[in-house]
Amino acid sequence: MAAAYDINTLEEWDARIREKVRDFGLDCYPQEFELCNHNQMLGYMAYSGMPSHYPHWSYGKAYEKLKTLYDYGVSGLPYEMVINSKPALAYLVRDNSLLLQILTIAHVYGHNDFFKNNFTFKSTRAEFTISAFKAHGKRVRGYVEDPSIGVEKVEHILDAAHAVSLQCRRNLAVRKRTPEEERQHLLDAARPPEDPFRTIHRRKAYVEPDLRKVPLVPDENVLLFIRDHNPYLAEWERDLLTIVLEEAQYFIPQIETKIMNEGWATYWHKRILDSLELPQDLQLEFIVRHNQVVRPFPHGINPYHVGLRVWEDIRRRYDEPTPEEARDLEPNHPTGTQKLFEVRETDRDVSFLRRHLTENLIRDLSLFEYETKGEDLVITRVADKEGWREVKEILLKNVGMNTVPAIKVEDADFGHNRTLYLVHSHDGRDLQLEYAEKTLSYVRRLWQRDVALETVIGGKRTLLLYNDRGFSTKTLK
Amino acid sequence: MAVPDSVFRPFRSSDAERSDRSSGDRLRHRQKVRQSIRENIADIIAEESIIGKDRERIIKVPIRGIKEYRFIFGENAPGVGQGDDESEPGQVIGKAEGHGRGAEPRAGDQPGVDYYETDVTLEELIDIMFEDLELPDLERKKLRELAAQRISRRKGYRQVGVRVRLDKHRTVKAKVKRRLATRHTGHHLHDDHERFPFHDDDLTYRHLVTDTKKESNAVVLCIMDTSGSMDTMKKYLARSFFFLLYQFLLTKYRNVEIVFVAHHTEAREVTEEEFFKKGESGGTFISSGYQKGLEIIAARYHPSLWNIYAFHCSDGDNFDSDNPAALRCAKELAELCNLFGYGEIKPLGSRYYESSMLNIFRRLEADNFQTVLIERKEDIWPSFKAFLAKDRGREQ
Repeated sequence: MAAAYDINTLEEWDARIREKVRDFGLDCYPQEFELCNHNQMLGYMAYSGMPSHYPHWSYGKAYEKLKTLYDYGVSGLPYEMVINSKPALAYLVRDNSLLLQILTIAHVYGHNDFFKNNFTFKSTRAEFTISAFKAHGKRVRGYVEDPSIGVEKVEHILDAAHAVSLQCRRNLAVRKRTPEEERQHLLDAARPPEDPFRTIHRRKAYVEPDLRKVPLVPDENVLLFIRDHNPYLAEWERDLLTIVLEEAQYFIPQIETKIMNEGWATYWHKRILDSLELPQDLQLEFIVRHNQVVRPFPHGINPYHVGLRVWEDIRRRYDEPTPEEARDLEPNHPTGTQKLFEVRETDRDVSFLRRHLTENLIRDLSLFEYETKGEDLVITRVADKEGWREVKEILLKNVGMNTVPAIKVEDADFGHNRTLYLVHSHDGRDLQLEYAEKTLSYVRRLWQRDVALETVIGGKRTLLLYNDRGFSTKTLK
Repeated sequence: MAVPDSVFRPFRSSDAERSDRSSGDRLRHRQKVRQSIRENIADIIAEESIIGKDRERIIKVPIRGIKEYRFIFGENAPGVGQGDDESEPGQVIGKAEGHGRGAEPRAGDQPGVDYYETDVTLEELIDIMFEDLELPDLERKKLRELAAQRISRRKGYRQVGVRVRLDKHRTVKAKVKRRLATRHTGHHLHDDHERFPFHDDDLTYRHLVTDTKKESNAVVLCIMDTSGSMDTMKKYLARSFFFLLYQFLLTKYRNVEIVFVAHHTEAREVTEEEFFKKGESGGTFISSGYQKGLEIIAARYHPSLWNIYAFHCSDGDNFDSDNPAALRCAKELAELCNLFGYGEIKPLGSRYYESSMLNIFRRLEADNFQTVLIERKEDIWPSFKAFLAKDRGREQ
């Protein structure tokens, strides 16, 4: 189906939108748009938008899944897909109506600005994104085609590496200490604190920190740790781990800012389109489409909706605060729009919601907490006077990287037989045991020795062990 | 702030056609699915839903092997959703899906459940099932084949032939052509009514070739005990077994017929539906079922033309007085059949206090006879393999 407009029309609208983008003060990378058909779009989606990506069967699975959902009309295509790179790359489905293209273009500039300015994306080195993915693809294909390696062995490693790819540093803006600094830090921490009454106090026994321990401090970067501490990995295996790790780190900022980022792009497409003075037919379609995008998911969280509401609320609180809210604002506070730009730079979903999802807003959104009870999902708490704080805390646990259990490498030589000892920082949520078992078997595959994971199951400290006899659990005292 | 730069790249259909880069990964995924099906085949067969469905039907097979495992939270991880003013504690908002929530590795995706089902047609499943059974290969093993139909097929025309195959239409056409052609020779005819006779060259005969089609026939005799002691579960197990046998033979023979014989103290030939649905009461004479089977074979399926596979399912609760007769008939059946099997269905535990035919049939010495014990769903596939193994052994 050919759409009822040509590329020149799109370019004209784009030019008008870009002027608005400038007027509103958005700060974007150069932008590239590529028109594609729906099959290509499904392909891009399966590979997270990357024009070249290393091959792995899981992407084939993703494609089949997307295609099935699409063919059966369960889900439509997203209007757009945009990649954090410099220049930013966005795909437009050519069969969409003119209004959808205009809306999408405006939305894309919102994401583009966010990618360029939000602090979490600083570590992604946008100018190298495309070439890095291309290089990864080339290297993996090289290993697959290498007669001494082949697809089976490559998958053997990739399957395992994918399983723990998100088990890595969450906040890339925090600098990782060098081993030397780490050692110094440990020594400093072991020194007894300065005590003004040391003449009368008994001197505390000095406990010498164990500087031979590996790792010195628990390491949350499981893949990286295995890569650097398992001497039996071949060079190509190490390289595969590096590739998976780099990809995960590229995607973590997007996971960390899903609600903010979608809310931000939605906020700006709304403001831009409102200011474009669209002809009436387009304006009507815009209202319909916009409402489709931001309609709340019944019993779920629509990041477009929640994000947009929080952004709008920030602006309102700074521009037109209620007397109550005015008391809480800092003196000489910025204007609403200034505040928006400030927040889009310095927050991620967790901090964004913690600071800006107010009690009133939680109530307006009718957020509730639910739990699995038997086969049902049951509401356990609603955002009333007593419950809203808890509901908010639960929400914070379910955004960004908080959806991934935090697991750290504690000891690489546990029991002096090179068992890898992992510790799960339990936060009230137990691990799913079947998944934990299988994932541990993958960790063992990479570590090539036994692995143990300390966690809490049903309130009891438990050790999950994977050794040559398979999986076992042991309750710890 | 400056106006950002932008570039539009138009759609090019040549790119779209070339850019199916996921094909390799899809193929690989498909291979994994098949492999996973193969590994879990026993469980899938044990699923009630596939028995008795037609071959075109698409069934959903839960795939375990290709889940993407990672550390995820289990059931005691509460979530947050958005409701309306009516939402209140205790309200049920949906069903828990699969196993907990898992984070997908895709960028920006909300954590989703990583359960996976794939569609396969029953046909595909059956292919996969039999693929690695190393089943008896019919060509090699010279199972009874019947050079059945000699079909004559037309294949072109010849100038010579027997008179009955003369193609009059073409012959006349040839003559007309020749007549018209003579005009150009200068030797043409002045009088249209002058006789222009047929020449030998005009005569055109239809040419026939004979095809010898090798026709292979098989019949499955499903004999089942439908006495009062056969409950639904037992019948279901029997049904699964018959299903496999039938589907297997279908892949091996051009023409497979299926006969259902139900018996209690006397036997009847019944339709498939009656066979599995109808329960009857009373005792059991196994010999009656075998006798009926022998009658049917004698009347319709002569062993020189048909490959006969007979299988009998019972819970082994036979009247003692019938045992010698049953043994005698079983011997006769074994002589006529390619394979004759007896499956004793004893849901777990019951075998210790119920009588069993397995001991009786131990006395039957025929190398194409096989007894299997089916205690639960999981036994069906191994039993089936064991049953067919007999066939292999015999032929080699």
